[in-house]
Amino acid sequence: MTTSAAGQSPDSVPRTVETEVLIIGGGATGTGIMRDLALRSIHCHLIDKQDLCAGASGGNHGLLHSGARYVFSDPHSAVECREEGAILKRLAPQCIEETGGLFVAVAGDDEAFANNFANLCEAAGIDCQEISTDEARKLEPHLSADLIKAYLVPDATIDPFRLALENVNHARELNDSTYHPHTGVIDFEISEGRIKAAICKNHHSGELLRIVAKQYVNAGGAWAMDIARLAGCDDVSLLYSKGTLLITNDRLTQRVINRLRPPADGDILVPGGTVSVLGTTSLRTDDLENSRPTIDEVNQNVIEGTAMIPSLADARYIRAFARIRPLVQNGGAGDDRSVARSFSLKDHEDQGLDNFCTITGGKLTTFRLMAEKTADLVAKRLGNSNPCLTATTPMPAGTSCRWTEPGASPKYWYEANNSDDMILCECEMVPQSAIDQIVQCAPGAEKEMTLEAIALRSRAGKGPCQGSFCGIRIGSYLYDRGYYTDRTGLHHMRDFFSERFKGMRTIIWGQQAAQMELAEALHCGLLGLDCLDDVNPSTENTQAPNQHQEDK
Amino acid sequence: MIEDKRVFTTELAVIGSGLTGMAASIYAINRGISTSLAGNTGAIAYTTGYLDLLGKADPSSCTIFADPWQAIASLRENQPHHPFARVTDEEIRLGFEEFTAFITSCGIKYSSPQEHNVMALTPAGTSKPTFSVPATMQAGVEAFAAKKHCTIVDFRGLRGFSARQFVANLQSEWPRLEAARVTFPNMEHGEIYAEVMARALEVPANREALAQEIKAVAGESEVIGVPAVLGMHNPDEVMADLARLIGLPIFEIPTMPPSVPGIRLREMFEQVFPQKGLTLVPQQKVTAVDFKAEQIQLSLRDNFGPITILAKTVLLATGRFLSGGLQAQHDGISEPLLGLHVSQSDSRDDWYRQYYMDRAGHAIHLAGIEVDDQFRPVDAHGKIVDKRLFAAGVMLAHQDWIRGRCGAGVALATAYRAVNEAHKLLQTA
Repeated sequence: MTTSAAGQSPDSVPRTVETEVLIIGGGATGTGIMRDLALRSIHCHLIDKQDLCAGASGGNHGLLHSGARYVFSDPHSAVECREEGAILKRLAPQCIEETGGLFVAVAGDDEAFANNFANLCEAAGIDCQEISTDEARKLEPHLSADLIKAYLVPDATIDPFRLALENVNHARELNDSTYHPHTGVIDFEISEGRIKAAICKNHHSGELLRIVAKQYVNAGGAWAMDIARLAGCDDVSLLYSKGTLLITNDRLTQRVINRLRPPADGDILVPGGTVSVLGTTSLRTDDLENSRPTIDEVNQNVIEGTAMIPSLADARYIRAFARIRPLVQNGGAGDDRSVARSFSLKDHEDQGLDNFCTITGGKLTTFRLMAEKTADLVAKRLGNSNPCLTATTPMPAGTSCRWTEPGASPKYWYEANNSDDMILCECEMVPQSAIDQIVQCAPGAEKEMTLEAIALRSRAGKGPCQGSFCGIRIGSYLYDRGYYTDRTGLHHMRDFFSERFKGMRTIIWGQQAAQMELAEALHCGLLGLDCLDDVNPSTENTQAPNQHQEDK
Repeated sequence: MIEDKRVFTTELAVIGSGLTGMAASIYAINRGISTSLAGNTGAIAYTTGYLDLLGKADPSSCTIFADPWQAIASLRENQPHHPFARVTDEEIRLGFEEFTAFITSCGIKYSSPQEHNVMALTPAGTSKPTFSVPATMQAGVEAFAAKKHCTIVDFRGLRGFSARQFVANLQSEWPRLEAARVTFPNMEHGEIYAEVMARALEVPANREALAQEIKAVAGESEVIGVPAVLGMHNPDEVMADLARLIGLPIFEIPTMPPSVPGIRLREMFEQVFPQKGLTLVPQQKVTAVDFKAEQIQLSLRDNFGPITILAKTVLLATGRFLSGGLQAQHDGISEPLLGLHVSQSDSRDDWYRQYYMDRAGHAIHLAGIEVDDQFRPVDAHGKIVDKRLFAAGVMLAHQDWIRGRCGAGVALATAYRAVNEAHKLLQTA
C-alpha cells in the first residue's frame, strides 16, 4: 500500500526524522511504551494527533484499581490490577494518592452478591476487610444511611496527566526521545512487508513530517482500529463504549466509593485532589469524534450515585466529560462493562507486516504491563535484549510535570515566597512562574502554546470558574511575555473557553448558572470573542465546533 | 442587644440595586415619588462603565450597528417580544438623558448620548459598540477613531491588563499605538489592585509622582491610555489634573471585573441617594413580600435587626442568575422571591447550544419574567400578578443583553417606563 490517502507524495514532504521506534498515541500506554523503550536504550518518537491523555487515558475516574472491581466478572484482570497497583504505588508515588477504597451495598442491592465479595477478593489475593455500616459512615460521613454492607479495599487514585507527563519527561531525559503534540499519522509508506515511513501532519501548523523508524507501534486507543487500517491491517476490531463522568466542586469522600453490585451507571465516586469524580455511564457508540456528555447521562449518574451518597443530589458540579473507551471485540454479547477488560497485543505478522504492532484494550491501572509486553515485542524485533526496567525503576519526579497535582501550585508558590510571582488562576492558585516553566520546558512545550495545552500541564482552569477568568489572565500574561504577538492569542482564548464549555454545558444549574452568565458577559459582552474578525458568520456554526475534532 | 423595629413607608419600593434599581431610583426621585431601595448590589461592580444601548439587532449576524435606532427598529420587527418593542425611541432617549444627567450632576460625568453608537475599547485590545461612555473614557473613543499617536501604559503588578496585549491586537488597525509599563507610585512590589490604585490617585502627591513616570515613557504620543484607575470619587478631576501634569490628554480603558467604574457608580449612589431623601438599605436581601390589600409589605434585615418597608408600589429589578433574581435548578428556572412565572424553554437541554460562541446565542438568556405593556409581571396565562407590581431590567424575558450588547439599554428603558407607570398609578390612587 503506497497510495497516499492525503494525496501527498513522499517527495513533497519537507522534513524527515529517523528513529528506532515511532509510537502513535500519547495516552498512558503510548507514553508508558516510550519510557519502557528509553529504559532499554531504544530511541523513539511519540506522536499524538491531539495531546497527552486526550482520549480514554484522560477521561476516566483516575482510579487505580485494587482489582476488587473485577473479582466477579474478570478474575484475571483483578489479579493484574492488584499486582500493577502495588508496583505503581511503590515506583510512581508522585502520581498516586493512596486513598483506600470502600465497596458498599445499600438497601435493595443483592445481598447474596455482596456476601460473596470477600471470598472472591481473597481468591484474587486482594486485601478486603468487612466493616460495620456505622464504622463506614464514621469514615465517610456522606455515605447513605441505608447502607447494608461495607468492605475496605486498597483502591487508590492516580493522576493520568502527571503519569503521561512523567513518562515522556523521563524518556526525554534518558535518551532524548521526542514527543510531538497535535501530530497525527496521515499515511504510511509501505513496501516489501515493511512500513518504511509514516507521513505525519502537525494539525496546528499544517506542516508535514516524515518519520522513518525501524518499528512502528500503534497505541492509538479508541483510534487504534483506524490507524491499523491505514497500515492495511484489518485484524484490529474494537467496540466503542462512551462513558460520561461528572466532577463535583468539593471532595465528598476521602476514599474511593464503589457500589457493591454488578457494574452499572454512576456506581463509583473517586476523590481527585480537591474534587470528586462520579461515573460512569456506558453507551455503545460508533461515533469516535463527538463524545459529548448528554443531559440524560448526567442525570442518570446523579440519580444512581445518590443511592450511595445522597448529597450528590445537591452537590455543585463543575464539569461533565465523556470519553470513548475502546473494548477489544471478542464476539461476546451483553453489557460492555462485562466484556473482559484485558488487553490485546497484535503483531500483525499475519497481515504481512513485520515491523508494526497494535496494543489496545486494557485499562489505566495496567498500562505499565501493556507497555512492557509491547516493548518486549519491539525490543526482540530490534535485536535488543535489555530487560524491562519499569517494574523496578522508580519514576523520577520532573519539575515541569508537577503542576498537574492538586494543591501543588499553592505549596510551591508559598514556599518560593516571591510576591512578584502573581497568581493567574485563583481557583487553583497557579502562579506566573508555573506558566513560564510549562511554556519553556514541559513535555510537548512549544513556542506558541494554546491555553488548552497549558491547562493540560497544570491545574489552570480546573476549579469552579473552569478557566473563565484565568483564561483571560493567562492569555494576557502570554501576550505580555511576547509569546502571543497578534490576534492569534484571542483565538486561543476563545478556543479554550469553548473547550471548557463543552464540559460545562450539561451541568449548568445552581451556582454554575451564575458562573456561566458572568463568563459569557466577560467573553462575549466585554471582550467580543463571539465576534472575532476573521470568522465568517455564515460558516462558523458548522465549522468552529469541529475545529477541535480535527485535531484528534 | 435590643433589636430596633424599623418600619419605613414609601410610595415605591425598588428591589435590587444594580443598574436598573439605581436608574429607577433616579427616575423616582426626579418625579417626587418617595422611594426605598433595597436588595443586593447586583452585578454593578462587573460593569465596564460603558452604557450600551444596542449593538447587535440580530444575534445570528455579526453586524455591529453604528446606528442603534436603526438596530432597534429592526429588532422590533424580528423580536416582537423584546422589551424594546414595548417602549418608544423617545422613552429610551429620555431614560438615557435623565440617567446620565443625574450622574453627571453627582460628579461622574458621562457623555450625553448622541445619535450614534461609538466604538469603545476593551482591555483585550478589541473594540465594542456602546452608546454613552464616562468622560474618563471619551478621549479613548476619539483617539481610536482618529488613530492618534497613542501610548498605552500599564502597571507592574496589575494582573489582567497588558499594554502589550492591547497593542498586539489593535496594531493592524491602529498603527501609531505603543505600549509602556510603569511602576505605580508606592506600589513597587507584588500584586496591585485597580480599586486601591484609584483611591490612591485621589491624593495629589500620587498624581504628581505618576505623571512623572508616564511623562518618561510618553515619547511623541498625542494621548495616553491607562487602565481604569483614575480616582474613585472625583474621576473627572483626577483625569484633568493628570492630563495637566503630563501635558497630554489621558483616558481610561476598562479592566477585568471588579472594575473601578462600576464601584464608582455604586459608591456615588450610596452617598447621594440618602441625601436626596431616598430610603436606602444597601447590601441586604429582601426575604419576603406580602401583597396586602392596603399596602405591600417587604421584609428584610440588616445587622441591627429586622426592617419592614410598607409600599404602595413595588418595582422588582433583581437581575438574573448572577444577582439571584433568577435561579436555575436542574429541572427548571424559577424566580425565588415572589415565585413569578418564568418564561423558559421546555428542557435543560435547550438552555445552551453545543457551541459556546454560537452566534445565535443561548436560549437560557431569553428566559425571564413576562410582563404586559405596563411592565407588570404576568402569570403563565398572561394575567397580571398584582397591578402594583412592576418588573424591569435584564430579568425580563425575550432579550439577550450579553449578545445584543444592550444591558444598560434594557435596564434604563424598562426602568424608565416602569417608574412612569408606577407614577401614574400612584397619582390615580
